[in-house]
Amino acid sequence: MQRASDILTVRKPGRLSRIAAPVRGNLPDRAWAALLTVLGLAVLAVAAVIVVELWRLSSAVLAKTGLFSFVFASHWDVVRDLYGALPFIYGTLVTSCLALLLAVPVSVGLALFLTEMSPPRVRSIVSFPIGLLAGIPSVVYGLWGLFVLVPLLRGHVEPGLARTLGFLPFFRGPPIGLGYLAAGVILAIMILPTITSIAIEVLRTVPLSLREAALALGATRWETIRIAVLPYARAGILGATILGLGRALGETMAVTMLIGNSPTISASLFAPGYSLPAVIANEFAEASGGLHTGALAALGLLLFAVTLLLNIAARLLVRISRRGPARVAA
Amino acid sequence: MEKSRVALLSTLALASAALAGDKMLITGAGATFPFPLYSKWFSDYNKLHPEVQINYQSIGSGGGIKQITEKTVDFGASDAPMSDEEMAKAPGIQHIPTVLGAVVVVYNVPGLEGLKLTPETLSGIFLGRISRWNDPAIAHDNKGAKLPDSAIAVAHRSDGSGTTAVFTDYLSKVSPEWKSGPGAGKSVSWPAGLGGKGNEGVTGIVKQTQGAIGYVELAYANQNKLPVAELRDRDGKFVKPSIETVSAAAEKAVLPDDYRVSITDAPGANAYPISAFTYLLVYQDQPDGVKGEALVRFLWWAVHDGQKLAAPLDYAPLPAAAVRKVEQTLAKLTVQGKRVLATSK
Repeated sequence: MQRASDILTVRKPGRLSRIAAPVRGNLPDRAWAALLTVLGLAVLAVAAVIVVELWRLSSAVLAKTGLFSFVFASHWDVVRDLYGALPFIYGTLVTSCLALLLAVPVSVGLALFLTEMSPPRVRSIVSFPIGLLAGIPSVVYGLWGLFVLVPLLRGHVEPGLARTLGFLPFFRGPPIGLGYLAAGVILAIMILPTITSIAIEVLRTVPLSLREAALALGATRWETIRIAVLPYARAGILGATILGLGRALGETMAVTMLIGNSPTISASLFAPGYSLPAVIANEFAEASGGLHTGALAALGLLLFAVTLLLNIAARLLVRISRRGPARVAA
Repeated sequence: MEKSRVALLSTLALASAALAGDKMLITGAGATFPFPLYSKWFSDYNKLHPEVQINYQSIGSGGGIKQITEKTVDFGASDAPMSDEEMAKAPGIQHIPTVLGAVVVVYNVPGLEGLKLTPETLSGIFLGRISRWNDPAIAHDNKGAKLPDSAIAVAHRSDGSGTTAVFTDYLSKVSPEWKSGPGAGKSVSWPAGLGGKGNEGVTGIVKQTQGAIGYVELAYANQNKLPVAELRDRDGKFVKPSIETVSAAAEKAVLPDDYRVSITDAPGANAYPISAFTYLLVYQDQPDGVKGEALVRFLWWAVHDGQKLAAPLDYAPLPAAAVRKVEQTLAKLTVQGKRVLATSK
């Protein structure tokens, strides 16, 4: 698990790596360096073993259906050994994006309020429950969702949305409660503490001199945040969002309790769907026969690939946006 | 230093002697559905025979079959009988039926008691063809009942399970449309409805959603006091699920020597149509002399004295005819080539 400090330290990679470069020295030094290298490579080896094993398990099913049709087919029929992963990929992406859409504005706003506006005492009082939220097990979120959130969505939120925004295809259909919307909302609550706490750390690193300079130029508080604070913190906030997305993509228990577990694709957020981790958790224990187990392993491989692609995209985004503050400063 | 090492060694020696000498540990793994009964059996049997300790992991039928095939456990447990393909991978495996379970249809319609369903109506509902409570097909068998003009919300299991296997096996028998459509299996491609994880997930959906209908195990419905539907049997009578009607379903069944038989849609008076055996899986010839003998003796106890513990936990005991057949099978089990139980018993 990446932590806020990692994101902050990668800020100046050149300088740090020069300090950490191994010095040609005596035997203990070299032995120590070798040991650390082995430990470092072990992490890569574990990832490689996971990929190789998933690949080995899933090779039979992928050979039978073909990678392309496995990813883009939308039927999942265990009885007839027909496997297509599209509904699960769709459900995973829809719920995760919905979670980001709901959580990022709230988290960044909360972080800005706590670092820029609130008195220090309020900050320490509010920070505590945010940390607490991050520590709640996901099955508890799932239960809360089932008993509190779902009736609320079914009784009030979904009928309300259908009445006011029903002209959009996202808010149509019978209000069941369980579905993409419930899963997205619970994911948003679950990733809120991750994004908020990292955003707070990032905002704290903004040099005071930048704020003072903006204020000295006659900027209002909002203008200071907009021209001095946010551009400097942009890369870090983006990193925080990516960490939140990572948690949302892999979340299993709370999602499977709320998404409705129906391998279908529908535009409406009220409809039940399914996600990649949820179907693995649901079906793996009773999967018998090589093809079913293989298809579930292939879903694991897909989840691995989606996470990897998103991480690469995130790194690129962070790198691009890191050029931002330099330009502002110059 | 030296003294403490000696002390440590002697403690270890004592501990291992206690483990090896006085107690033996038999391990098993498999179905979650009979777990409450099995854990009662194991603890009661341990009180009678303190030297025998049985450790059971309820990881699911699929896991149980996998582990007994790889011989990492002494016995497996499964709700659905093994397939021919699975049997081929575990030569010499024997199914021992232990008790009977039933899958019951539960629903949530305020004011509606004793819902009656025909096989055609039930399959129509789960196919999504009958989608409203006041459908003429439902009204036909429930004269006088107040059926609301509301949508039916179907709830099914999202996790692979023996419960689903039994339920879909029944639907495949009574409905050609179901057989050529979703078919029978532990996970099927459901044409309608919401998936809940486990019995508790389905119960959660049914309890919370007005107009919902779902299926759970009998024990679960009884303990949660959910309204259950009566199903029409082959003689045209509506049968309420209970321990007696489930046992009755097994009475007329012709049991093959490997016990791999489906008793859904069973003939006979007062036979509840969605019933099934649950099995322990053991090898015909036990490789371990001490543990093997203890296991065979435990199985004998389970199908005799153990049956009395079934009903209080909402499992249906084996009918007498089945017990007699299982006795013969147990007598044929061998430990390192030798029989354990006398055939005359």
